[in-house]
Amino acid sequence: MGALTKADMADRLFEELGLNKREAKEIVEMFFEEIRASLDNNRQVKLSGFGNFDLRDKSERPGRNPKTGEEIPITARRVVTFRPGQKLKARVEAYAGTES
Amino acid sequence: MTKSELIEIITAQQKQLSSKDVELAVKTMIEQMATTLAQGSRIEIRGFGSFSLHYRAPRIGRNPKTGETVGLSGKYVPHFKPGKELKDRVNAGLLRELTSVASTEVAVE
Repeated sequence: MGALTKADMADRLFEELGLNKREAKEIVEMFFEEIRASLDNNRQVKLSGFGNFDLRDKSERPGRNPKTGEEIPITARRVVTFRPGQKLKARVEAYAGTES
Repeated sequence: MTKSELIEIITAQQKQLSSKDVELAVKTMIEQMATTLAQGSRIEIRGFGSFSLHYRAPRIGRNPKTGETVGLSGKYVPHFKPGKELKDRVNAGLLRELTSVASTEVAVE
């Protein structure tokens, strides 16, 4: 099975909830856009049944250009991390597929 | 932001759907995403990121109370890799905060 995409999600809303195709596409876009907007504003996102998107501020640290060996500082940055919820973890753990 | 706040925000931003419809849509999307991962498939959302499963090898664990060793079998855990747009926007948020602090300091001087 291929990876799930926004188009697949819009199709599901069309088929199962009877939204028209344009509405379905818009709702899927808004869903991801509003999560991004919240994270932009340094606000954690908590989706029960799925997981939390957290933000972490990293201070500047020394780095190195792996090609030249030259020392260059890695600037301070903010990163997004995802913490799956208990329910999702339990569902995924039960997946008995082969290692890929 | 919680799931119910997300539902409110989306409801306020469009005219066609009631909050009940939006609630059902949001729940359907989250359920579809969870089911996809539970079936061992990936999720790829352009501009947002991708979700996949990472394998954790079997290991010998220990019951912290009794000290007894227990064999833990291998398992899969969900993993998220933020996409470029999300990474850049979140980082721009930090830069914005740093710049506004700096300009406030200048203004005070």
